[in-house]
Amino acid sequence: MFFNEEFETLPRPALEALQLKRLQSTLERVYANVPFYKASFDAAGIKPSIVTHLQDLQKLPFTTKQDMRNSYPYGLFAAPMDEIVRIHASSGTTGKPTVVGYTRKDITTWSELMARSFVAAGAHKGDIIHNAYGYGLFTGGLGAHYGAELLGASVIPISGGNTKRQIMIMQDFGSTVLTCTPSYSLFMAEESQAEGVDFKNLKLRVGIFGAEPWSEAMRTEIENKLNLSAIDIYGLSEIMGPGVAIECIEAKRGLHIWEDHFIPEIINPLTGELLPEGEKGELVITTITKQGIPLIRYRTRDITSLTYEPCVCGRTHARIARMSGRSDDMLIIRGVNVFPSQIESVLVGIEGIEPHYMLIVDRLGTLDTLTVQVEISELLFSDEIKVLQALSRRVEKEIKDMLGVTCTAKLVEPKTIQRSEGKAQRVIDNRKLV
Amino acid sequence: MKVEQISIFIENKSGRLAEITRVLSDAGINIRALSLADTSDFGILRLIVNNGAKATEVLKEKGFTVSKTEVVAVEVPDRPGGLSAILQALDKDSINVEYMYAFVERCGGNAVIIFRFDETDKAIASLQAQNFNMLEGNRIYNM
Repeated sequence: MFFNEEFETLPRPALEALQLKRLQSTLERVYANVPFYKASFDAAGIKPSIVTHLQDLQKLPFTTKQDMRNSYPYGLFAAPMDEIVRIHASSGTTGKPTVVGYTRKDITTWSELMARSFVAAGAHKGDIIHNAYGYGLFTGGLGAHYGAELLGASVIPISGGNTKRQIMIMQDFGSTVLTCTPSYSLFMAEESQAEGVDFKNLKLRVGIFGAEPWSEAMRTEIENKLNLSAIDIYGLSEIMGPGVAIECIEAKRGLHIWEDHFIPEIINPLTGELLPEGEKGELVITTITKQGIPLIRYRTRDITSLTYEPCVCGRTHARIARMSGRSDDMLIIRGVNVFPSQIESVLVGIEGIEPHYMLIVDRLGTLDTLTVQVEISELLFSDEIKVLQALSRRVEKEIKDMLGVTCTAKLVEPKTIQRSEGKAQRVIDNRKLV
Repeated sequence: MKVEQISIFIENKSGRLAEITRVLSDAGINIRALSLADTSDFGILRLIVNNGAKATEVLKEKGFTVSKTEVVAVEVPDRPGGLSAILQALDKDSINVEYMYAFVERCGGNAVIIFRFDETDKAIASLQAQNFNMLEGNRIYNM
């Protein structure tokens, strides 16, 4: 099933011709309207007209989150403010938030791409979409909302929080599609037990989860606990919001990135050099239809790989692999690269361990230490010290085997690791780096 | 002959033991015997109380991880060699003690030792055969 069959299945040559045309017009537009791009192209000695093939894109300089901060709030907007109909901002955990603006056409495009994403995930007109992404400055809530309405589904704009009420409404309103972060879906499953509600008795069929990296093992866990098909969605406010890429329910192998609107590239995050198809690196996206804030070669910091192999669903758009972390989330512990998501997949592989964990990194003298806090569950609890110690040793050994890093596993009481109703905080880094 | 003991997981941070005893006190539960096994990161509090089911319920409500274990309470004469006699008897039948703790009975000249065995039934049979006196659960709960 498609939402826009013509564009979703456009043969590659036609798709690439369309990309080139749209890229060229975007470059002209930013060069003329955004002082930052004029300065950065001029500094590199480049005029937009040098781009005559898609491959020429790699000659252009990158745009970073720092560039967006430097232009705070509206400096990168390419449309006059009286054409901007919506403003969103990403959480400013480190400094000022990054601000994005949408023209009416941008909102229309976003709605369509989100509607395409819903259909790819197996949703359709007639579905009752329980949208538990946060509404507000965060793009998740409104992005999914507009797409669901365009699709013709019934949207419940419940937003995040108040989990008891979420569960009651899912049950009473007969929600068939759930949209939220993957960690929040598991939190709901946990709360539903306390409420005496069994997800097997709910009508949920599909869950569309994103806004934080998660693992294949976590998918299995969510599908078992929530009794639905779990689909990975990708997006970021700088590029648009949710709906930049999504898995198709037919394959659930990689997320189709809507290439008639975005050009993806994979680079080596250290050198900036372009990596070949299939190699893992940082995802870089160029928007080619956006009016409010078009971005050229934006460094997402998300680590993934790209494939152009044809997909069973019939979509011709390239697929990015499930995000395996962020280049700025990556922890280097005694020289070993560690992504929190890798530790998560080890933990969910151990029966009885809940995928709620906290990584604490510290430095004793010159040596980095990693402590993995894991919640004890009733299933795992033993009256005997040696059994619990064996469990800690097993967690330590499996992490060592999989990641090559030595850690200390620490069992903590259930439900003491902070639950998140948005993006989960998984790491506390206490190292004082000089 | 089996006595029901409840075990509670305690993270090694201040105030947890106080919280458990407060929850039990609020529920009117009396602790008959207790032992605390500890490691650097966590501990296991083992309790025999007058109402195990209720204690489990109120502790779980407060988010504690609780499990039930069967232990054996053996009466030991409160004099030199009392405990040694029991342990020798158990050793003769190759019975392994997982852990044990003692408390002194308020009346009479005997102490009570709580044992956790890996093979509880075998241990009970062995102790009975060798004429050791074991206390029924009800006697402990209502002591």
